[in-house]
Amino acid sequence: MKKYWHVVNVGIQNNLAYRFNFLARTVFGLVPLIAILYVWRTIYQGNGRGSSIGSYSLAQMISYYLIITLVDALTAVTQDDWEIATDIKDGNISQFLLKPIDYLAYRLCLFFSARLAYLAVAAAPLALFMLTLHKYFVAPRSWLAFGCFLFSIGLTALLQFFISYTMAMLAFWVLEVSTFIFILFAFEYLASGHLFPLDILPHRLQQVLAYTPFPYQLYFPASVYMGKSAGPELIRGLLIQAGWVLAAYGLARLVWRRGIRHYSAVGV
Amino acid sequence: MNERKSSFRPLRYLGVYGALCKNSVTREMIFKANFVLWIIVELLWFALQLCFIGVLYLHTNHIGTWTKWQVVLLVGGSQFIQQLFQAFFLTNCTNLSELVRNGKLDFLLLLPVNTRFVVSFRQLDLGAFVSAASALAVMVYATHQLHLLPSAMQVFGFLVLCFAGIAIHYSLMFLLAAISFWTVRAQGIVWGYYNLFNIARLPDDAFRGLFKLVFTFAIPMLLVSNVPVRVLADKLGSPKPVLLLFGMAIVCFTISEWGWRASLRHYTSASS
Repeated sequence: MKKYWHVVNVGIQNNLAYRFNFLARTVFGLVPLIAILYVWRTIYQGNGRGSSIGSYSLAQMISYYLIITLVDALTAVTQDDWEIATDIKDGNISQFLLKPIDYLAYRLCLFFSARLAYLAVAAAPLALFMLTLHKYFVAPRSWLAFGCFLFSIGLTALLQFFISYTMAMLAFWVLEVSTFIFILFAFEYLASGHLFPLDILPHRLQQVLAYTPFPYQLYFPASVYMGKSAGPELIRGLLIQAGWVLAAYGLARLVWRRGIRHYSAVGV
Repeated sequence: MNERKSSFRPLRYLGVYGALCKNSVTREMIFKANFVLWIIVELLWFALQLCFIGVLYLHTNHIGTWTKWQVVLLVGGSQFIQQLFQAFFLTNCTNLSELVRNGKLDFLLLLPVNTRFVVSFRQLDLGAFVSAASALAVMVYATHQLHLLPSAMQVFGFLVLCFAGIAIHYSLMFLLAAISFWTVRAQGIVWGYYNLFNIARLPDDAFRGLFKLVFTFAIPMLLVSNVPVRVLADKLGSPKPVLLLFGMAIVCFTISEWGWRASLRHYTSASS
């Protein structure tokens, strides 16, 4: 276990070297978010005072975007998939085949350390941003909801990571994986609730989405926080999310095993 | 002899550009499957933007003064401008820091043409033309839905304003890329600019206060596609925005030229 602790340690230090990049990413990332909030405010004003969209008042809508921004900062895979693909392409994984280190566990440690480093840098601008909007910020429904929210964020992070890891494994078979990653990313962006809360979609579409892992990559934790999923529905949601995490983990392991069989360590 | 060399000869530059284009086509055709896949990626992201507009208009009839199909026209127009910018300039701007890092800039500085010209036009992204065409198709469909029949003058005005919009995107991106002379690792900044594109396709009516001021007069994202599309959709109240867009294009280009020269003065080769 200790060796993985070292990986986390080194990972954090490596990532902090790019703190300026992280800061630029956070600050620039806030600009489109502010723009979307402006658009929603204009829509609510156009619809009349005190109007609501779906089950969202203006304050709840703004809270939704603030929460997904937070969840995204905590769980999004920023460069792990590219790095894994590069490791495979350049033959760097050969050393892991020889060492008593599990590559997946190694990458998972790096993923968590990157998230920690990112949070350390992004916390200040994010907190400042949320403070300026605090009058729109809705408190969690209950302490239980808040606890489940945190638990769900953990599952989201794992799900994000395992899916990205599996996608990066494509590098065993194709030279250029970035297009595939971007194609999946487009679907995730739309169907995970990045652009808008999923429950303002037509009911039929929501039902279809419920059968995919996408809502559990972002939307679900936010819905827990806002008390949209409560009681038996909350338990069911958490179980399904855990199920997707396990499925993605199984797939990641399987594809790695297949990939290794295919792997020929070019250029080593 | 020397005198002829230093004078500006457009035909010679056209010839140089022709050679660069040919080179780009050859390069793209080496990885055909990848070329097609990138087009799919771009189309997908464009469709995603349209979906977002579709969802917004499930819950309202207008954003400010903009109706649904007017915003579709706006998203299409914005994509058209962005893709043309991408076709001609984006790769070249992002490659600039790479040229500094590996010292290839030395070689380009020695060529007997304007260095900014070669650096800016070195590669052509052919796939982006396909995306631009798809944006045009969406715009035609939206004008049809709006029962608009733009006059030849409006279409001409639109295209000229697109040109100004592209000039703004290019100038700002080039200015940011020139910062790489100092930091070398400028990817974060370049990525950041990509975020700003997101604002360009939103209706300007939605914005107020400081945000509107900053993104009109400092980083004129709210002019780049809103003004051309307003011309096309008969939504222009006064000629002021048009003049503002042209003015900002000139200002941005001047500043970027100044920044580029300052950077070059600062340049010390990586290899020597």
